[in-house]
Amino acid sequence: MLQTAQDFLSFIFNFDLLQEYGWRLVAGLKITFEVVTISVLIGFVLSYFVCSARMSRNVILSGAAVAYSTFFRGTPLLCQLYLVYYGAGEIRPFLTDVGLWWFFRDAYYCCIFTFSLNTAAYQSEILRGALSSVPKGQIEAGASLGLSTYRIARHIVWPQAFLIALRPLGNELISMIKASALAAIVTLLDLMGQTRFIFARTFDFSVYLYAAVIYLAIVELIRRVWGRIDKAFSRHVIAAAR
Amino acid sequence: MDWLGLIFGPDGWGGLLLNGAIVTILLALTTIPFGFGFGLALAVLKLSKSGIVRGLCEGYTTFFRGIPDLLSLFIVYFGLQALIDRLSSALQLTTHIELGPFVAGVIALSVVVAAYSSEVWVAALKSVPRGQQEAGQALGLDRWKTFALVTWPQLIRVALPGLGNIWMVLLKDTSLVSTLALVDLLRAASEASKNTTRPILFYSAAAAIYLIFSIVSGLVQTRLEKRANRGFA
Repeated sequence: MLQTAQDFLSFIFNFDLLQEYGWRLVAGLKITFEVVTISVLIGFVLSYFVCSARMSRNVILSGAAVAYSTFFRGTPLLCQLYLVYYGAGEIRPFLTDVGLWWFFRDAYYCCIFTFSLNTAAYQSEILRGALSSVPKGQIEAGASLGLSTYRIARHIVWPQAFLIALRPLGNELISMIKASALAAIVTLLDLMGQTRFIFARTFDFSVYLYAAVIYLAIVELIRRVWGRIDKAFSRHVIAAAR
Repeated sequence: MDWLGLIFGPDGWGGLLLNGAIVTILLALTTIPFGFGFGLALAVLKLSKSGIVRGLCEGYTTFFRGIPDLLSLFIVYFGLQALIDRLSSALQLTTHIELGPFVAGVIALSVVVAAYSSEVWVAALKSVPRGQQEAGQALGLDRWKTFALVTWPQLIRVALPGLGNIWMVLLKDTSLVSTLALVDLLRAASEASKNTTRPILFYSAAAAIYLIFSIVSGLVQTRLEKRANRGFA
C-alpha cells in the first residue's frame, strides 16, 4: 500500500525534474510576464481609441470599431495568431520592402502584436460599458457648473467610469495571462513553451502540474492584489453605502 | 481570382474546411451536456452542508479556472492517458486502450466548461427562493418533479446569459484541440495552407466560419433568453 502511495506521489510530483529543469520554467515565466505586460498595456492604449471610435457619431468610424471588436472577440485567438504568424510569411517580400520583416519574423513580436489587438477589443468593450454606465445627469451637472468638456471628462466621467471598469479589467488581465499560453504553439518559449519542451525531453507528466501550480499562483496573486486595489479606490463608495 | 478555385474548385480545400467546421460544431455540442451537467452537479455540491465537499469543489473550480485552457487540455489528455496506461498495466490488461483525440477533447473541454459553468449555476441556484421548493413539496410533488417543474424554469432564466457566454468561450476553445491532431476547423485550415502556401486565405476563411458560428450563437442566445423570460415582463 505504501509502495503504491509513494509511486503515485512520484507520478504526480517528480522533484528531481525541478532540480534539472527548474531554471527553464523560470526563464519561461519571464517571457510570459513580458508578453502579457506589454500586450495588456498596448491593448489598454489601443482600447481607448477603439472605444472613442465606437462611441463617435461618425457611422463609418463606429462601424469599423464594431467590426474590429466583433472579429477579435468572435474568432479564436489561436486562429488570429496563425493568421499573423504564418500570414506574415506569405507576404514576406512586401514586409521586407516596408522594413517590417524583422518584426513579424519573430514569434515574440507576433504574439505581442496579436495579443495587443485582441485584448484591445475586449478592453474597449469594458471601457464602453463603464463610460455608458455613468449617468447622463452627471455630465449635465458638470455642464451647468460651467465646466469645459475636458474638465467634465477628466474630473467627472473618467473617475466614475474607471471605478466600474477596474474589476473587469483585472479579469481581462487574468484571462490574458491564461491566453498567453497559446504563444507556445507558435514556438515561443514562454512558461507553457518551456513546459512542453521539458515534457518532450523527459515524458514526465509532472512538469504539467508544476506549470499549473505556477499559473495558479500568479492568477490567485493578481486576483488578491486586484481586490485590494479595487477596495482602496472604492473606499468612499463603501463608506457612502454604510 | 484563384482563391475561389482553391476553396470551391474541384481540387479545392472547401470540403476539408467544411468537414473541419462540422467537427468543431460536433465537439462543442457534445461537450455541452457533459460540461453543463457536471457543472450543475458541482454547483449543487458547492451548496452542500459538508465543508469537505464544498472545499473540494471550490478547489476544483479554482484550479481549472486559474490555469490556461491549453494546459487543462494537456493535463487531461496526457494525464488521463498515463493513468489509463498505469491502470491497465496494474490490472494486466492485454488490450491497449488509447484515448482518441475527439474523446480526449470532449473530456478536457467538459472539465473546463464544468468549472466555468458551476459558478453560473451556483448564482442561479441561489436566486431561486427556498420557499419555491417548499411550495412544491407542499403540493405533493416529489423531489425530482419539484426540481423539474418549479426550480428549473426559474433557474434557467438566471443562468442563460452566463451559460451563453461560456458557450461562446467553448466554441473558440475547441480550436485548442487542433494541437492534439484532431482535424477541426483550425487544423483543416492549417493543412490547407501548408499544402498551398496560402495561409492568409485559409486562416481568414476559418476565421470567417468561426465568426458566423459566433454571430448565429448570439442570435440563438437572444431567442432562448426571450423564451426563458416569457411570463416575466
